[in-house]
Amino acid sequence: MARTAVRRLVTVLAAGALLTGCTSNTPEAPPAQETAGGGGANAEPGEKVVIGFSAPAADHGWMAAISAAAKAEADKYSDVELKAVEGTNDVNLQISQVETLINEKVDAIVLLPFDGAALTPVALKAMEAGITVINIDREFDSPFASRVTVRGDNYGMGISAGTYVCEELKGKADAVVAEIAGIDSLPLTQDRSQGFADALGQCGLKVNNRVAAEFTVESGERAAANLLQAAPRIDAIWNHDDDQGIGVNAAIKNSGRSEFFMVGGAGSANVMREIKAGDGLLKATVVYPSTQGADGIALARLLVQGKGLSDIVEVEVPRSIQLSAPVVTQDNVDKYLEAAFES
Amino acid sequence: MSENTATASPTGRAAGTGIAPRRASALLGSAAGRNTGLVLALVLLCLAGVVTAGDRFADVSNVLTILRLASVIGVVSVGMTFVVTGGGIDLSVGAIVALSSVWATTLATQAMARDTHWLVMVFAALAVGAGCGLVNGTLVAYGRVVAFIATLAMLAAARGLAEIISNRKTQIVDVPGFTAFWDTSPLGVPMLVLVFAVVALAGWVVLNRTTFGRRTYAVGSNPEAARLAGIDVRRHTVLLYTLLGICCGIAAVMIIARTTTGSATHGGLYELDAIAAVVIGGTLLSGGRGTIAGTVFGVLIFTTLSNVFTLNNLSISAQAVAKGAIIVLAVLLQQRLARRSGG
Repeated sequence: MARTAVRRLVTVLAAGALLTGCTSNTPEAPPAQETAGGGGANAEPGEKVVIGFSAPAADHGWMAAISAAAKAEADKYSDVELKAVEGTNDVNLQISQVETLINEKVDAIVLLPFDGAALTPVALKAMEAGITVINIDREFDSPFASRVTVRGDNYGMGISAGTYVCEELKGKADAVVAEIAGIDSLPLTQDRSQGFADALGQCGLKVNNRVAAEFTVESGERAAANLLQAAPRIDAIWNHDDDQGIGVNAAIKNSGRSEFFMVGGAGSANVMREIKAGDGLLKATVVYPSTQGADGIALARLLVQGKGLSDIVEVEVPRSIQLSAPVVTQDNVDKYLEAAFES
Repeated sequence: MSENTATASPTGRAAGTGIAPRRASALLGSAAGRNTGLVLALVLLCLAGVVTAGDRFADVSNVLTILRLASVIGVVSVGMTFVVTGGGIDLSVGAIVALSSVWATTLATQAMARDTHWLVMVFAALAVGAGCGLVNGTLVAYGRVVAFIATLAMLAAARGLAEIISNRKTQIVDVPGFTAFWDTSPLGVPMLVLVFAVVALAGWVVLNRTTFGRRTYAVGSNPEAARLAGIDVRRHTVLLYTLLGICCGIAAVMIIARTTTGSATHGGLYELDAIAAVVIGGTLLSGGRGTIAGTVFGVLIFTTLSNVFTLNNLSISAQAVAKGAIIVLAVLLQQRLARRSGG
């Protein structure tokens, strides 16, 4: 019972978040909509809530969208005051930023840690001080360090991409599948690759060629240029990240190859526009929602005001929310385009 | 190559190479010996490539891929050879490439380029590169800041400025003339490779056949002696850093052409790659001895290595280990060969 509720919630929330979320990068953004969880009575202004927000430096499109979406979400509510600190990739600095937020006695802290393990002690300290901590994306070590965890599904991204590739290559037993991973030493990259391999295994395929880039355009170009030489024939490529995908595309264009199709990852607006146009090799991308921070803000407000998620039966906001990793193709791209991030 | 003859500069440092007879042959021998080690390493790598990947490695398009990949870092390394030979070091090259690439691809620059000529972008990149180099050189020569520190400061500042200007977004280039020009391959050689060849050749001529080159050796081996010999050491140092800055500007244009983007993430760790290539090429880190041919071989060795590894579907981590081993082996081999032929 509880499980079905959570699953339903996840689906509703993911869809809702994708529909609303980050639009601040597009100038012609439509007026703010209501979140799935925050509709109805929950949207009514309640007691004033001060929310602190801290995230790593916005040094790539996805991370920039996280912060922007969180700020946009906070602006929607007249009863929310957001204290967003400058993003940083320095763990020490982020810890001291959170300490400052604790000293300022905010009601809740929405925290996307640069390193989950390193930020766990200070998050515990915040919880002990009676502050509601919402953990985004990168998980803390301790269950006591946060009230709610909102995270994407890296393994699920691999599963989604692998399943899509399987469907597209149905009946081709000798198909060559290539993978362009992100930074190889990160657990998230390993999870994505594991999911991809597992899903391909279900239909008797495997990853024939695998290279790793570094999430940057330049590294994507370099990795792809070598990959295309390594495999004279490819049927499908999954590229983990749409930012590095710009470089991957440049390399493919240079090589003049076109015998394969490509699946992206993360879900940038550029890539979705390309999928929509439908004239390139890019046929699909797998979303890693950049609206998690915004979800965190909405949940923090509900928690502090003592409200639950009105769409589910539970009285309390759930402990953990895992977002889904849907496959975006030409057929459903319109649904996701609005929430996509600009790289 | 006869780089060693050039050390017979006003410094008297050349005495170390040959006091007794055998002078000419020893000089030639040691110069050739230095490069023999590198050629040997490269040949061994190519053999490994042919044995393990056969046709895919020896393929013309693969060779062109290797050369294209080597081009960007190659141009930076040629410039780095000058600075290191002149007794300096520049840690800011990657950051300068990033800043130049961003500056040359802002919406304003692109609009101007579309209205007038795409060369505006090239000019912007070169001007930014030269400007950064000028600041580096002035700080080192007239400000008496240690090169390591001055360029470390530039590393931080230039990349930061690149992030501010680009707002941490990837700037996609949409200037038809620019892309069209770089897509051409005169005589079957990609434009990027051609530019690298021209820069390397020009670098060789300047370092070995001009007064400027001779002064560089002199300043690098003993600045005080060079000053007494009538060389304006400070002015020369500024020129060396500016020259490297211009090389970074050229590299920025090349990376824009390769990836069709400008980004603050471009040029990541170029400083280390360039210094590694320069040093295994046989240029003394303490200055006074430098070889452009060696640097070019150094760059080719690293690029070929990563190509061979990718063709064999090996991991990035294994590649890093091999890279480390090759740096040590190449330097040891060079020392042996140089000592033997030098008597």
